[in-house]
Amino acid sequence: MTALVAMLDQVPAARVATACAHCGGPMADGGADQRFCCTGCAAAFATIQGMGLGDYYAKLTRDPAARRLRPEDGPRPDLTRAIRTDDDGKHTLVLAVDGLQCGACVWLIESMLSAVPGLARGRVNMTTRRLTLVWEGAAERAGEIVGRVEALGYRLVPFHPAALRAARDSAERQLLRALGVAAFGAGNVMLMSLGIWFGLAETMGPATRGLMHWVSALIAMPCIAYAGIPFFKSAWAALRHGRTNMDVPISVGVILVTVMSLAETIQGGAHAYFDSAAALLFFLLVGRVLDARARGVARETAEQLLALRDNQVSVRAADGTLRRQAADSVALGTEVLVGMGERIGVDGVVIQGDGQVDTSLVSGESLPRAASSGTQVFAGTMNLGAPLVVRTSATGDSTLLAECGRLIAAAEARRGRFVVLADRVARAYAPVVHVLALVTFISWYGFADAELNESLLTAAAVLIITCPCALALAVPAVQVIATGQLFRAGVLLKSATALERLAQVDTVVFDKTGTLTDPVPHLEGATDPAARHLAAELAANSRHPLCRALVAAVGEVVARQGVVEHAGQGLSLATDDGEVRLGSRAFCGVGTAAGDGPELWLARPGHDHVRFGFAEAARPATPEVLAALRGMGLRLHLLSGDRAAVVGRLAGTLGIDAWRGAATPAAKVAALEALAAEGRHVLMVGDGLNDAPSLAAAHVSATPAHAADISQSTADVVFPDKDLSPVVVLLRMARRARAVTRENIGFAIGYNALFVPLAMAGYVTPWLAAAAMSSSSLVVMANSLRVRKAGGGWT
Amino acid sequence: MDVILYLLAASLVLGGGGLAVFLWSLRSGQYDDMEGAARRILFDDAPKR
Repeated sequence: MTALVAMLDQVPAARVATACAHCGGPMADGGADQRFCCTGCAAAFATIQGMGLGDYYAKLTRDPAARRLRPEDGPRPDLTRAIRTDDDGKHTLVLAVDGLQCGACVWLIESMLSAVPGLARGRVNMTTRRLTLVWEGAAERAGEIVGRVEALGYRLVPFHPAALRAARDSAERQLLRALGVAAFGAGNVMLMSLGIWFGLAETMGPATRGLMHWVSALIAMPCIAYAGIPFFKSAWAALRHGRTNMDVPISVGVILVTVMSLAETIQGGAHAYFDSAAALLFFLLVGRVLDARARGVARETAEQLLALRDNQVSVRAADGTLRRQAADSVALGTEVLVGMGERIGVDGVVIQGDGQVDTSLVSGESLPRAASSGTQVFAGTMNLGAPLVVRTSATGDSTLLAECGRLIAAAEARRGRFVVLADRVARAYAPVVHVLALVTFISWYGFADAELNESLLTAAAVLIITCPCALALAVPAVQVIATGQLFRAGVLLKSATALERLAQVDTVVFDKTGTLTDPVPHLEGATDPAARHLAAELAANSRHPLCRALVAAVGEVVARQGVVEHAGQGLSLATDDGEVRLGSRAFCGVGTAAGDGPELWLARPGHDHVRFGFAEAARPATPEVLAALRGMGLRLHLLSGDRAAVVGRLAGTLGIDAWRGAATPAAKVAALEALAAEGRHVLMVGDGLNDAPSLAAAHVSATPAHAADISQSTADVVFPDKDLSPVVVLLRMARRARAVTRENIGFAIGYNALFVPLAMAGYVTPWLAAAAMSSSSLVVMANSLRVRKAGGGWT
Repeated sequence: MDVILYLLAASLVLGGGGLAVFLWSLRSGQYDDMEGAARRILFDDAPKR
């Protein structure tokens, strides 16, 4: 597809109309006078030209990974629940935008919205791919405004206000504010300090020095009090629970240094360390802000993926009318119509219709199950056959989802709190440092008969030198860069500790369906190419999964015009020779006996019937990925809910010795816990609803972007759908990050070993402390940049 | 050496002004979309209504 889009971009639209001038997609029927693939695209093009925004097409750089800009008809999600109204009558609506190609789209949408009367604000956030609309007047205008953007070809999905994490925003802003204050304090105090340091060598009088110290104190103390809040809070929370973390030595150091410097200033002493304390907070906050931002973006992208899911269902009212409604707001007993190829949005019982349901995302089973009146169906499964009417059943304890939710909660409760490396280091570090400072004080005061003041100052100097600036940066600096590298590759790290846990992994457990194998079936066996091509031309008109698989197998296909879709049966096309049909056995007149697996038949006048069989296939590059993982010394397991025979066959093909089929969600959790009991650190990779509990139970978990909602929110890592190679990239990056982190910690400890004796001996002056601390922080940051080398290819 | 008092005051006013501008820019949401801001400057102004 990438190559195709690139090729299409090079063809001038005016010369040959092989690509739609609006969406860039393939043309329906290659006519020379046509420039658009559909009327929607033609209308969008006309709208854009009519508003004088035709420059858009010149600025546009199509993103092959983004959705095509083709306007789609169809019911719109319910907007009213997502609108927030202020007291002064302003309405705010936040929507996820699907189809943003590049910055030009931001320009197009905003320019178009600027012409909408009464719209106070229409702004696209490119980082989070969200559109914020603020308008006055009637709340009902939302539909009209959203419709204008949708007419251009974008898909908009409202964010429910509750889903917007206002808390996250304020936490990040709080950190940024603290950073600004710390920068102000550190910069200005450093100006004073430089004056003092140079003045000491020259002829600065004690009065001038005292003045400089007092001004420093007045600037530094409020700044430290404010900028230190994030550290003080975290340290206090840890201490109250009887734990310690990296923020404890930071807080103790900063507070003691500030108090000592203040005492020194009051007494008119020569040394004050306000600059060190402020600079320390500044460096640490830089790390915190970057860290929070990197993870915030990853989390928002994950939320975006979930929001763009079509979780709307068609509700059938008593009078037979259909209405689209969010799946989570459907009342019990409501009748929901599920069309062919549509995902079933609710748990319920089939009351009408006869078809097949693909349960792979729920149970891991690869073959569709028959569903007829009375069959229980689950949210997340897909209807492959005729339209079904489902009566929503109790969403209480009896559903599969609830069962999985219980298992997840239990697994998470059993999984112990993971103590990050930085906190483990802090646990050993804090007591040592504080004891050293105490020993220094006692030695100077008790044995060397020094003044109380001088002894205290020397002890404070030890604390300043050991203040864990480099140590506290050692971990976040690496995390930020590694998270950013992975994000660029489309891999989202949702958990702060995921990277560290990934580095410990020695066993990888895979789910089968949708993880090792493609979630969509593949065309199997050889068929007559002409028949296959004709069938694909018909199939291109349908959204049925098998039709899509057929089209995918043939490659680039131009959809035939005039094809009629018979719901639940197949497609037909009237030609000069007679009717061509593509669909089920019965529809094509082959008989009613059940076939072996999913299949499509093609009936043409004057030809034999042709059968297209479908089967699951390993995802692209799976053997290479598994070989790479083995090369890293990892043990591989396969754990699936599918029938043992199927699982065994795939395990044999892929060379995985340790496999198990027909595993229920609880059995999967038990298997993972058995592995954990052997002392193994397991990475679980799975996508189904039935995998969600095991994702929670594993040491660390990853899930592809197409996974069930609950799996995606449970997993630590979400990676792009294309193939499994991100798993290798992920593990490589984690191991490299761990190696660099250890180097950083080693450096930080080495630096302390060098300077602590100097400090204890009383040789450290404020300028030496400031220089040593800044340089060690910079060295650690520079070393962390080396993590970048681990990016790129996975082979 | 009275000049030092003026200089101290001047540096504090300048530094404080910078801090105030930063806090204002933060409050008005200018750090919410770094990627979009980087691309926005490349586009022409919206056409006149």
